[in-house]
Amino acid sequence: MPGSSSEWLPLMSDVQIDRIDTASLAGPADYIALLKPRVMSLVVFTALVGMVMAPGGIHPVVGFAALLCIAVGAGASGALNMWYDADIDRLMLRTQKRPIPAGRITESEALAFGLTLAAFSVGCLTVLVNPVAGGLLAFTIFFYVVVYSMWLKRWTPQNIVIGGAAGAFPPVVAWASVTGSVSLESIVLFLIIFMWTPPHFWALALFKSDDYKRAGIPMLPVVAGLAETRRQILIYSVLLAPIGVLPALLGFASLAYGGAAAVLGAVFVGMAVRVYRMADNDTAMVPAKRLFAFSIFYLFMLFAMLLTERLAMLAGLSW
Amino acid sequence: MVADLERDRGNEPAPMIEDGVRLTPEQLRRRRARSIAIGLALGALVILFWAVTIVKLGGNVANRSL
Repeated sequence: MPGSSSEWLPLMSDVQIDRIDTASLAGPADYIALLKPRVMSLVVFTALVGMVMAPGGIHPVVGFAALLCIAVGAGASGALNMWYDADIDRLMLRTQKRPIPAGRITESEALAFGLTLAAFSVGCLTVLVNPVAGGLLAFTIFFYVVVYSMWLKRWTPQNIVIGGAAGAFPPVVAWASVTGSVSLESIVLFLIIFMWTPPHFWALALFKSDDYKRAGIPMLPVVAGLAETRRQILIYSVLLAPIGVLPALLGFASLAYGGAAAVLGAVFVGMAVRVYRMADNDTAMVPAKRLFAFSIFYLFMLFAMLLTERLAMLAGLSW
Repeated sequence: MVADLERDRGNEPAPMIEDGVRLTPEQLRRRRARSIAIGLALGALVILFWAVTIVKLGGNVANRSL
């Protein structure tokens, strides 16, 4: 620290001028955008299904607290992902309007926000619900931010295959919130989302491959080409369809669910076949866009059916 | 803050430094919006923690020895 006031004052002035330059213009809406609300809504929905499916039940207030913690943990992951990916988000049309590349929020603000929410969500879930759920949420955030965002995403075209695990954990965390453990049923819910992720994101990557190429991200279409991506989409779709039926085969969902899941899975595979047959010079890529849209509907329908069945059973209705 | 430090050292307070940071009306508006959002979030957390505490205590709170 400078010894005299004449040295001290200019230093403080510099700090103050710096503060004026960096005074934040971020509003609450920018912070909410950092949480990736659309991803968060899917996380909350799949976690809700995991929670309702779990045996034993949970008090509604504790259950609400658990869902809130899982949602905030997912939001923290999103904020930390946007902090780390700010450089490539500036290059892609799809992400240029995010708060950091758009200049509405600084990288340090996003980092502080993400770390605070991550610590708070894990701490609260551990204290208010149980340590197993808290530990799983901490691992989920670590997996998404460190394993996927910092490591896999820029390193391998298999990034979303392995990284997809992060998006598949929420129902497992929610299940553990009720039971304090992980079981076969929660692993099946995990597997459905895990196997759904590659065809979903690769369908998107097919018609957004220029964006990923511009940012230098080694997505499958950029590294291995469109034909190989279409082949991989078909393979993962064929693997996904029977996994979608597993809840019925393992006895924790009805035959009606099994039948509906089989039909939806068959449609999924059918649309993947159309993507596979797309011509190399097809720039419109309508089958890929349709598969992307249908994949969201597919996942929503499977989990909605599981939720409806379970709620009906809890209400004492026969199915 | 600087004026206080200068006063502690026995020097005269430095003029002008206290007014060094002047936020624009837009920055003030955004800061106020952030403050309100943080206040609402903290209020909601207080209610949540209170509710979970009551649920966890359950009927046991009535069984304490006097």
